[in-house]
Amino acid sequence: MINQLVFAYFAVVILFSAIMTISRRNPIHSVLFMLLLFFHIAGVFVLLNAEFLAAVQLIVYAGAILILYLFVVMLLQVDRETKSSRANRFWPWLTAFGVIIATEIALLVLRGSFPGENGVMMRTMPGTGVKELGIELYSKYLVPFEIASVLLLVGLIGAVLLAKKDAKE
Amino acid sequence: MIPLSWYVILSALLFTIGVVGVLTRRNVFIILMSIELMLNAANINMIAFSHYLQNLTGQIFVVFVITVAAAEAAVALALIILLVRNRGVVYVDEFNILKG
Repeated sequence: MINQLVFAYFAVVILFSAIMTISRRNPIHSVLFMLLLFFHIAGVFVLLNAEFLAAVQLIVYAGAILILYLFVVMLLQVDRETKSSRANRFWPWLTAFGVIIATEIALLVLRGSFPGENGVMMRTMPGTGVKELGIELYSKYLVPFEIASVLLLVGLIGAVLLAKKDAKE
Repeated sequence: MIPLSWYVILSALLFTIGVVGVLTRRNVFIILMSIELMLNAANINMIAFSHYLQNLTGQIFVVFVITVAAAEAAVALALIILLVRNRGVVYVDEFNILKG
């Protein structure tokens, strides 16, 4: 019961701050609502026994990606945002389509059933799962892990190369 | 015990909010943030299934999704800096330089 209440709180705040994120006029307000959203998503991860990923969510998403967004938004002063319209002219239609699709998915999921849903507490290991995750990541998924590091290197070089000013100007 | 379908519905709603954000907003920052919303919705889904199926593969995938999201944010923000430096606006409907 208490679990469900906690989940309901997280879900309500997640959906509220997501809607606020996409509807605010000022991008800085959007980024701050996004921060609230990431904290509550980390809470959902803790509810699902994924403590390591909750920490990664806070450190990488809230700590790195979001700060990067905030920096760029603040660096390019976007003061025109207060005057012109924030959405394109089809937004009522597109929002209506979104509502329809969301209700459809929710109804479909509520009608069906998933395996292992009938109230079985599944985690058999007494530990937190961080150890098993590490073993799995460094044995079975070692090659994808290394490729991910190469991807990060490519992202780093790409970002530096794109954003640096030309020497001639 | 929370039913798995609650998590699936939560992530579906979050994903739809992200899609609506990408489709409707004009500000390119908000569009990028909506993409992050969609990635987070997928992450919730994968961790929920990983928990209920007792299989760590979902959590491994989330690690990779977060990696890709970080790289994507860095490159996309560099591209936005370039675009704004060249055009002076952040609205996607004014980025029509490929139009003849």
